[in-house]
Amino acid sequence: MSSKDYETYYVPEQSHWPIVGALALFLIAIGAGSYVANLDTGEGVGGYILLAGIALIIYMMFGWFTNVIDESMSGKYSAQMDTSFRQGMSWFIFSEVMFFAAFFGALFYARMLSVPWLGGEGNNFETWNVLWPEFQASWPLIKTPAGSETEAMGWYGLPLINTILLLTSSFTAHFAHVALEHNKRAALKAWLGLTIILGSIFLVLQVVEYQHAYAEMDLTLTSGIYGNTFYMLTGFHGMHVTLGTIMLIVMFLRVSRGHFTPDNHFAFQATSWYWHFVDVVWVLLFVFVYIL
Amino acid sequence: MTTVTDTMDNVDAQHDHHADHKMTGIKRWLLTTNHKDIGSLYLWFSFIMLLTGGAMAMVIRAELFQPGLQIVEPDFFNQMTTVHGLIMVFGAIMPAFTGLANWMIPMMIGAPDMALPRLNNWSFWILPFAFSILLASLFMEGGGPNFGWTFYAPLSTTYSNGSTAFFVFAVHIMGISSIMGAINIIVTIMNMRAPGMTYMKMPLFVWTFFITAYLLIAVMPVLAGTVTMVLTDTYFGTSFFDAAGGGDPVLFQHIFWFFGHPEVYIMILPAFGIVSTIIPAFARKPLFGYSSMVYATASIAFLSFIVWAHHMFTTGMPLAGELFFMYCTMLIAVPTGVKVFNWVATMWRGAITFETPMLFSIAFVILFTIGGFSGLMLAMTPVDFQYHDTYFVVAHFHYVLVTGSLFSIFAAVYYWLPKWTGHMYSESLGRWHFWCSIISVNVLFFPMHFLGLAGMPRRIPDYALQFADFNKWVSIGGFAFGLSQLIFLALVIKCVRAGKQAEAKSWEGAEGLEWTVASPAPYHTFATPPKVD
Ligand code: HEM
Ligand SMILES: [Cu+2]
Repeated sequence: MSSKDYETYYVPEQSHWPIVGALALFLIAIGAGSYVANLDTGEGVGGYILLAGIALIIYMMFGWFTNVIDESMSGKYSAQMDTSFRQGMSWFIFSEVMFFAAFFGALFYARMLSVPWLGGEGNNFETWNVLWPEFQASWPLIKTPAGSETEAMGWYGLPLINTILLLTSSFTAHFAHVALEHNKRAALKAWLGLTIILGSIFLVLQVVEYQHAYAEMDLTLTSGIYGNTFYMLTGFHGMHVTLGTIMLIVMFLRVSRGHFTPDNHFAFQATSWYWHFVDVVWVLLFVFVYIL
Repeated sequence: MTTVTDTMDNVDAQHDHHADHKMTGIKRWLLTTNHKDIGSLYLWFSFIMLLTGGAMAMVIRAELFQPGLQIVEPDFFNQMTTVHGLIMVFGAIMPAFTGLANWMIPMMIGAPDMALPRLNNWSFWILPFAFSILLASLFMEGGGPNFGWTFYAPLSTTYSNGSTAFFVFAVHIMGISSIMGAINIIVTIMNMRAPGMTYMKMPLFVWTFFITAYLLIAVMPVLAGTVTMVLTDTYFGTSFFDAAGGGDPVLFQHIFWFFGHPEVYIMILPAFGIVSTIIPAFARKPLFGYSSMVYATASIAFLSFIVWAHHMFTTGMPLAGELFFMYCTMLIAVPTGVKVFNWVATMWRGAITFETPMLFSIAFVILFTIGGFSGLMLAMTPVDFQYHDTYFVVAHFHYVLVTGSLFSIFAAVYYWLPKWTGHMYSESLGRWHFWCSIISVNVLFFPMHFLGLAGMPRRIPDYALQFADFNKWVSIGGFAFGLSQLIFLALVIKCVRAGKQAEAKSWEGAEGLEWTVASPAPYHTFATPPKVD
């Protein structure tokens, strides 16, 4: 890189958005903390504090991103700045991968180790014999050692449809990106819109699946380690799809306003990376939570 | 090695648009995007946390001064050990390192600031909020967290008190802060180095923070996952850590230590970087084996991911697991040994002077090595069956964390104070601080080895009579060490206010870009990058 690249590195002035964001996170934490701590009695104002925190963080994001977009549109950012953003986003996604890894780790541990051990495998015969001699190890764990029963969620039907939807949406997101790089705005909007629609249908179907699981299969968050890993993994994934869809919608609005050029579209790129990441996680989920 | 065109030019160029002038008063600190301001915030915050966590340690040592229960209730004692550990790890050591990274990395690589300055502000300011939640939980009905800093299930789930939700969310915020801080460090180093500063020309200090930042983004999310499972197990009826539902309390330990062991390296790798900067400066010789240092750091980081279960030898793992984790753990001693060898070789036949930063660095090399040796003892599975959960473990990790990490932070502060404040600190006060600390810290932690070997369990407010003598000495050492830190506070305040004007290059043997700018370092440095040959 020539030294000229560096002269233009933009160091922003003082900003009040971070401290607003810190306050918002504080409200969210104490709100969620007291809401959860009082779940059994349902007392307290925790829920309201939590909502106030969420409102404040949305306000913060709105203000902060507006600020960044204005700076970007007025040409303050150099190519080097763009690289900073890109690298920042990629490492953020990496940290998200590790978050999911913790839950996948719990899933594998339960399947390969703790459930077989509870069933007496290895040198655990006495564990089984003394604690729960009735218990039969199996995966999906449809009857826990303590005796609560549930049904296993099949992979065909809704989950399969959802897989197809998300995989397709990864392609449409990619086509949108290609269209942007060739400056074909109409195609860009079409592909982007399609991606949003696919993501939204996925979310709706996910809700339908949850309702079905709760109402007809007795598969709940509390149905032992199978239900736990099922809901925590698909639930956190669903939250990420929701966030990704919101990001896509914001991109759509920005595209409609004429933002982004073929070689300057960090936000779009980041959103698309995020979407692909969410998709890959789903594929892993589909294989390890539903099929196997 | 390095040349800088004209620093004052840099400063003037930056002053073209008015907003780059500092704001004044509280607003400057709340709204700042300046890496030096944010670095100072981190450092002051961590010092306040050090004193807070230290006060809790004093409560612990007061209770343990004599056998029997005299000062606090056992439950409150447990809260003190828990919050002491959490505060020291997440509030004192880690933010202090982040503060040093903020102050020094941009100056060392010739960058105008951190890559993402506003994110940097956010990373810092969420921390005080997180710790106010944690500290506030001590005053809630039923008390604060009392399950140890490692919050093992089922202590933190089935048997925890009402404030666990607050603990969980506080830890979430600390994690967010670390991850965002680490991303900033990585991006700054990858993207903002001055032309000519190749990776293998970077100061070792920068290298160690670079690798540490990777450890952080890899394991802090796993910690977030762990506390989330604790939350749902406690409040939402899941059974990740409950065998009745098909889970396993030992699963908790696996996930926690998958985070926890890299975490201890997060707290020592930057210390390696600091000591590798200071020893060459005062031995007036270049660092011995620079590239081997880089590779050793990277190998330690890699190995730290496959040794976690050495904390779990007594959980009844399969034999193959015990052996695997034992050998991998011992393997870490190899790159660590390379480092110790290199520091000693750097000093060998050097023209050494013993200013305070050097005193703390030499103490680091010796005492950290003691901690490494006790670590090796613990790494031997059959031996650990005896030592696990005794004061021997407490001795081990305090040698690596207090005389290791904390001493390296002291060394760094002494070394760069002239650059930060523009004043030389009082060398005589510095020596007082050093000698009081080094004597008291050994009185404090060395007898713990014997206590542990004799079988005194950790985290218990009372003990058998035969442990009384050693415990008395440990407590005396503890109070003395606590008081010694007040000398440090006085020294720093004095140095910020006044003192002999520091030169740009404050130490004769100091190397690196940071010494090419004035002391105190101008508010903005390297608006245009220096040329590095
Ligand atoms: C040569 C390198 C090291 C080896 C072989 C080693 C080995 C061990 C082992 C086997 C244990 C578990 C003891 C037990 O609970 O029975 C342990 C505990 C611990 N080590 Fe190390 N260690 C090393 C370096 C470090 C470093 C550099 C740090 C931090 C800077 C550190 C911090 C800790 C902590 C905090 C614990 C106790 C955690 C707890 O249970 O609360 N160790 N170490
Ligand atoms: Cu360890």
